[in-house]
Amino acid sequence: MERNGTIVYGVDPLVIHDHYEIDYRHSYAEDSPFFIGLTKGQLLGSRCTVCGYTYATPRAHCMDCGAPTMWHELPLTGRIHTFTTCHYGGEQFLKETPFTLVLVEFDAADTLFLSRLKGMPPDGVRIGLPVVARFAKTPSFKVTDVWFEPADKA
Amino acid sequence: MRQVYMISGGITKFAKAHQDKDFRLMVKEAYDYALRDVPRFSKDMIDGAVGSYFSDHFTRQLKAASMVQDYLGLCPKPSKRVEGGGATGGLCFQSAWEAVASGRMNCCAAFGFETMSRVNTWKGNEFIALASDTNFDFPVGGFYSGYYAMMVQRHMHEFGTTVEQMAMVSIKNHANALYNPYAQKAKRLTIKQVRESPMVATPLTMEDICAMSDGAAVCFLASEAVASQVCDHPVKITGVGSGSDAMRMADRPHGKVILLPHEREADYRRLKYPGVHSFRGGRMAAKLAYEMAGISNPGEELSFIELHDAYTSSEIQTYEDLGLCKYGEGGRFVESGIPFMPTVDYGLELSKQGQLPVNPSGGLLACGHPVGATGLMQAVFAFWQLQGSVEKHLGNDRLQVKNAKRGLIHSHAGTGTYITVSIMETA
Repeated sequence: MERNGTIVYGVDPLVIHDHYEIDYRHSYAEDSPFFIGLTKGQLLGSRCTVCGYTYATPRAHCMDCGAPTMWHELPLTGRIHTFTTCHYGGEQFLKETPFTLVLVEFDAADTLFLSRLKGMPPDGVRIGLPVVARFAKTPSFKVTDVWFEPADKA
Repeated sequence: MRQVYMISGGITKFAKAHQDKDFRLMVKEAYDYALRDVPRFSKDMIDGAVGSYFSDHFTRQLKAASMVQDYLGLCPKPSKRVEGGGATGGLCFQSAWEAVASGRMNCCAAFGFETMSRVNTWKGNEFIALASDTNFDFPVGGFYSGYYAMMVQRHMHEFGTTVEQMAMVSIKNHANALYNPYAQKAKRLTIKQVRESPMVATPLTMEDICAMSDGAAVCFLASEAVASQVCDHPVKITGVGSGSDAMRMADRPHGKVILLPHEREADYRRLKYPGVHSFRGGRMAAKLAYEMAGISNPGEELSFIELHDAYTSSEIQTYEDLGLCKYGEGGRFVESGIPFMPTVDYGLELSKQGQLPVNPSGGLLACGHPVGATGLMQAVFAFWQLQGSVEKHLGNDRLQVKNAKRGLIHSHAGTGTYITVSIMETA
């Protein structure tokens, strides 16, 4: 909303500025313990109580057999399954570029976990590189409260 | 189920912005074109419509398809909106097919559009990124070019696919579009130019990625009785298939390959599937469509393909999902020249140029990707190919696939979460 009238970009056709924003009351619902876990330095996956399938990104019910899962603490070290360094991004993240995204694999899990890789230049990143989880000292209660760094720097 | 025919189609030019037309008028333009192409057909013969657009964020007009329905004068006939990310248009096409195949309608109009120019490109990327998990993926800085970049990094790791092979897809599709006046971004490129264009997400550059676009497309699907009455060259829809996969790439399992009729388990003894390198939903969609159409070896039984090349990498991955080559051979498949047009000069040495053209229209990479219109745009181009009417509609016949008998269209949503495959044949 403009304080002093409407911004007009053109008149043929007539194009005006139109602002829109909204606040949500967002519940993590059944996934809440994962985000609380991050504040305690824990990476919580989930494991199916029937078939034992282990999810590195948690879900309350098994995708395969439909049974409830139980929380399962993951090791804090894993390996890079794949990666990319982003030089552009969604508008919200443009100011943070370049940043590196990694899918992390763990010995104790059947699926992967998406996170940021920090603490190394993009040209050194490779598939298979051992990485270790780091946690924010001041939690934001978002998935960015955890990120990964090369394990050999630990 | 009844046999379903496509009897006409229309598209607007795909452009960075159509500020002189809102979404209703864009669809009207494509719809009127489709009506004019079948003079014996009239609006009264349309029993209902399915509308498609991807994002309420882009339109900021909910129920926009209702406004198209009234603008086209189709009220009070049945209508609904279909939404499924990047596959929105393909799902819309199949929804209209369902209406006719079931006997519920004798003629159903499928219309789709997107108006992506209303926000800047990076806000647009953010809107699209909201079609990924907003608890776990989006907040990390996840966006679609990043997701596909991670997928192809793994494809390169598993199979040795190269960035030069990806660049060849970009060269092919942008050069094909030189002969398609509806395309947004036609040009001649070299491998060097593709690699030296700005890096978006390693290894994908700007020329590996399709552009945001404004545009609309319309298809009329009809029963045999209607088709034979109004259309000289109707096109049969002989197979439809669709598939899905987990929203989060992190959740994709590592199991066995879903085999097509011409493949054997021994082909993939060591491959963990789909992981993040392949689209399991695309393979499922292809398998179902091939079974319905009676196709046992797609590489030999198809005349051309219009597939969802939002990224050069995803075109290579899709060759494999569709069984045009085995998993892992997609990079070498493009290098061989098979998916190029026989009639276009690309400035490349291609030993098997033009054996099975893929994206003769220029695909998403060159035509643009106004999401809700894209899957229907593919159907319109495939329809013209099979009618042999490319020259009439594009003003030149360079992109006409000679003796086209059977085509495949493929529409694909976010990292393979929804995928449709439809088979179209000369009647």
